[in-house]
Amino acid sequence: MTELTDAVDAEPDETVDARGAACPGPLMDLIGRIRGVDSGTVVALLSDNDQSLTDVPEWIEEAGNELLGVEQREDHYAFYVEKA
Amino acid sequence: MTEHVVIVGGGTGGTVLANDLADRLGPELEAGDVRVTLVNDDPDHVYKPVWLYVPFGQREPEDGRRPLSELVDDAVDLRVDRVTALDTDAQRLQYRDGSPESYDYLVLATGSTLAPDRIPGLAEGGHDYYSESGATALREELLSFTEGHLVLSVIGTPHMCPAAPLEFVFMADDWFRERGLREDVEITYTYPIQRVHGNPHIAEWARPLMDDRDIAVETFFNAETVDPEARTVSSMEGTDLEYDLLVGIPPHAGVDLVAEAGLGDDGWVDVDKHTLEAEGAEHVYALGDTAATGVPNAGSVAHYQAGVVGQRLASELRGRPATATYDGKTLCFIETGMDAASFVEFDYENPPSPAPPSQKLHWSKLAYNESYWLTARGLL
Repeated sequence: MTELTDAVDAEPDETVDARGAACPGPLMDLIGRIRGVDSGTVVALLSDNDQSLTDVPEWIEEAGNELLGVEQREDHYAFYVEKA
Repeated sequence: MTEHVVIVGGGTGGTVLANDLADRLGPELEAGDVRVTLVNDDPDHVYKPVWLYVPFGQREPEDGRRPLSELVDDAVDLRVDRVTALDTDAQRLQYRDGSPESYDYLVLATGSTLAPDRIPGLAEGGHDYYSESGATALREELLSFTEGHLVLSVIGTPHMCPAAPLEFVFMADDWFRERGLREDVEITYTYPIQRVHGNPHIAEWARPLMDDRDIAVETFFNAETVDPEARTVSSMEGTDLEYDLLVGIPPHAGVDLVAEAGLGDDGWVDVDKHTLEAEGAEHVYALGDTAATGVPNAGSVAHYQAGVVGQRLASELRGRPATATYDGKTLCFIETGMDAASFVEFDYENPPSPAPPSQKLHWSKLAYNESYWLTARGLL
């Protein structure tokens, strides 16, 4: 399970709002967005699916991108990802 | 005053709904109190599951085509045309020639489109069975393929029929075995996430079958580029696969009309997953692939959703509260070879539990494919 952070010191360049989507929807939405952005772009993924806490970090590591942090917000999580 | 229902899209969802409304609203249609228009940009209805069998020489693309005019009740106005613009505030749409049409209720059943161009090299280097032309071209390749590496790559989700990629590799494995060629053909299946299917229950069921049958698996494989000359497919995760025959499940999109009308990203309509009402507009429903509900893009889903939308529209047109809701019901047969299949049934609350593969289920699937036309006509 991924460790949650209070706040991430980064301003996302793009945000993917996948709240309400069932697994693996949030991860696939993130992959789709990462596919189209330049290296160094920070993408924030919003998901309220607990499964994302394992799926998303695993893929980020596999793909060699960087997980800057995961914010626990009121009713969802925000994953901050920097494309390698 | 006549209330006008316009259904855009004559696939499974749109056609079943049109016939459902013709049946449900018979008296109102006859009295002229309600008018139903079904718009499709092709005069034919296409039953896409037939395409899975085309590459193996078992069916012809024509087996999956019938004129909509033969399937749709005469009480429905059938219009072969394309809707090019939509104004949900004014409750008006526009046809290809610029002529306008007003609606009181709109149902979007525009389905999926293929977007192979999003992956450089895929259109040139890959084959698919998600289109008539793709299935026919793949048949030509497969019938002459006697040795080498067959790679099936699922490139992105959602895509039509999430079970079909598994079915294809199971069928290919069996097909090559029956022909005495399996030892000369290597089969690899790739999937974007860490398992072999989006639904974990189906993934857990399928993975051991793949291992038993020497179907190699590459997970976390999001194809990024295809090199048709070198015959390699490369993933975002840094894996390169050499292939002799690449079968790619292309990226899917909805239609521009939906995105331009502000109803949802990438052509999928954001809906309440129970009522199927669009979140971005009044008096608009979406069903089938078009509705972003998170359930599989499958004909059974469109079929059940059409029944729900039909009930809701009939209630609204009669001035009653609409109470029918969709519970996520999905039924799928899953071919596990050339003469065996499994079956799953699930909904929003209950996960799938795949049945043991059997010949009986395989024949049930083929029998359903034959009787599908009764479904389209609203009879089954």
